[in-house]
Amino acid sequence: MIPNAIEKEILIDAPAEAVYRVITEPAQISQWFSDAAELDPVPGGTGSLTFADRATSQRMAVNLSVQAAEPPHRFAFRWDYPDGEQPTEENSLLVEFSLTAEGGSTRLRVTESGFTALRKPDAEKAGYYETHDKGWDIHLANLNGYVSGQS
Amino acid sequence: MSQGSPEAAGRDLTPGEDELWEAVADPSRRKVLDLILAHGQATPTTLAAELPFTRQAVAKHLAVLARAGLIEAQRHGREVRYTARPERVSAAAQAMARTAQAMATAAARWDRRLDAIKRLAESQARTSPAEPPEGF
Repeated sequence: MIPNAIEKEILIDAPAEAVYRVITEPAQISQWFSDAAELDPVPGGTGSLTFADRATSQRMAVNLSVQAAEPPHRFAFRWDYPDGEQPTEENSLLVEFSLTAEGGSTRLRVTESGFTALRKPDAEKAGYYETHDKGWDIHLANLNGYVSGQS
Repeated sequence: MSQGSPEAAGRDLTPGEDELWEAVADPSRRKVLDLILAHGQATPTTLAAELPFTRQAVAKHLAVLARAGLIEAQRHGREVRYTARPERVSAAAQAMARTAQAMATAAARWDRRLDAIKRLAESQARTSPAEPPEGF
């Protein structure tokens, strides 16, 4: 079977409540994910992540829709679907976080799925990933700056 | 060697990648496709002889591959021969490669995001264990 999902996990030396806040609060999302985040982190809440390209000062906004919010155990959203559309399995990726207490620490798991179901014409699909990648490169540059500034 | 009419080829290129994915996601089905590609053409009988599947299973795999446009059938008397459609096989291979690449990139990025989440949460837990970060 060809995999359709990415799964990653990490052990964090902090209570699940603290981890949940980092994942869901817009002010914190903008420190590990996007340059800016607007989001109502409740089930059905929608928002956007904005990625800024410093070289061109262009900004790219990405739609996001909360699928599940159960503090401090679970948070899930669909993202990157076209403006004016509802998120579906065919036009967006699903990100699911699960938080599990392990002693005083928290096991954070993330799954991103839907890569093979994205129903877009070939050319558009190639462009989709390019855009996606570009946003993430920009994001990483900022993230690295943030992290080194912290330590 | 492609026997499909241009019209049919044009039509069959439009179905979404869903059918392609369904067709190539199954390892047994990929074996059937591999054999057809290796031999240029094959009949259900020759395939069943070479593969550890029943004729019935082979027929099922052939139907899915044909529906995805990856192979096509020609009747020769009482026999049905299957040939691969290179443009569709290539489209499937490209779709798989593109998706695999996108997933590898996404996986690397989630690693870094999780690292950043860890740093943020741990620094907040250290500095103010019982208070929200903006509690000052």
